[in-house]
Parts: sequence; C-alpha cells; structure tokens
Amino acid sequence: MGVEVLAISVDSPFVHKSWQENELSKMVDGGVPYPLLSDGSGRIGAEYGVYDEEAGVDVRGRFIIDPDGVVQSMEVMTPPVGRNVMELIRQIQAYQHVRESGETEATPAGWKPGKPTLKPGPDLVGKVYEVWKTENAF
Amino acid sequence: MAKLKCGQLTGKVVGDKDETSKTEEPAKAKEEKMTKIMVGRKAPDFEAPAYVNGEIKMVKLSDYLGKWVVLCFYPGDYTFV
Repeated sequence: MGVEVLAISVDSPFVHKSWQENELSKMVDGGVPYPLLSDGSGRIGAEYGVYDEEAGVDVRGRFIIDPDGVVQSMEVMTPPVGRNVMELIRQIQAYQHVRESGETEATPAGWKPGKPTLKPGPDLVGKVYEVWKTENAF
Repeated sequence: MAKLKCGQLTGKVVGDKDETSKTEEPAKAKEEKMTKIMVGRKAPDFEAPAYVNGEIKMVKLSDYLGKWVVLCFYPGDYTFV
C-alpha cells in the first residue's frame, strides 16, 4: 500500500526504546517496524486536538495524511478502546482509489476494492439508487 | 548522538514552501499561520525526537511529503490497549 506509519505519545525516546525491546519485540518479531515519536510537552497533540491536559497524555488519534500533506481522515478515541486496523486499511484503499481516479470517482458507504464506485456528476443526481444498493454498505 | 530538541511544531503546514525565517517570526504572525486540524486541509508540521531502528533521531512530518502517512497518537508506552 506504500504507507508510512508514525506512532507518537508523550513518552520519551528512551522509554520507547525500553518498550520496544522489552515488550513490543515479544509481540512482533524484531519490534514494530515504524518510528516511535516523542511529544513530551503535548504541544503536537494539542495542535492535532488530541492532547488531554488533565491526564497529560495524547489520547488515541489517527490521521491519514495524503502525499500532498493533506489530512484526509481522522479518528479520535478515548484510551480504553483500541483501533480497528481493517477499517484503517479500508479507508486507505478508498482514498488511494479516489486519488488514482483523479478524484473523478467517489467511494460510497462500505466500499471495498471490487465494489462499485460512484462518478458524481449531473447525470447521477437523484439516480444513485439505480447504481448503488443498500446491501453494498455491508 | 545527535543533539535532540523537544518535539515541537514548526509553525507551518506540511508542504509549505516558505522554509525561511521560521524562528524570527513574531508569535502572533506564527499563530495566524497555524491551521486548526481539519480534514481536507494541510496537516500541521512538526519535528520530534523518535526511536527508529535502534537509533534516536529527529523525525519531521514534512520529510514524508510524497508518501501516504498514518499518524497515530496513543496514550502511552507500557499501557494496555
């Protein structure tokens, strides 16, 4: 998919090193293959709207940024619930598809590779029901 | 080991062409340049110390221009979820 992952928390790079060596490497062979960034002051998280000042941590926030540096998608969650990697992959596939089509295509709800896309334009106004069925959302 | 700074915003968005006078700008002008996070808008750029492949070095978001990036904030190392 050609996507770079950057993980970031308020922990120092030294704590990241320790966590990678002592725990993550036991979950993933060789440790996680992406950089672990440090937002010690929370300033970066604050700019992205995910820094919880009271708790002093960055909450769970995930941003898909395209090759032009544009934020295409964001998801912000409280700490106790984890993310859904399959949904992240689906969104990246959809955004990449839209970009490759020169933004002539749009991907309706529940789109996955292989499912029909829509080509927005005057001809489609009021006729989405003809080319897209509710079952396609699931 | 290279000298590391704290994680900080560059005051620009990713792909901003003007890379000059980044430290000399008056605080107010800098603030105006900051964009609130918003889908469809450029991501705020930043630079932060990182642990990468056994090394500790600075990583800058705008260095990834031209690539798809998933930026994941998370509450903390050695936590549970």
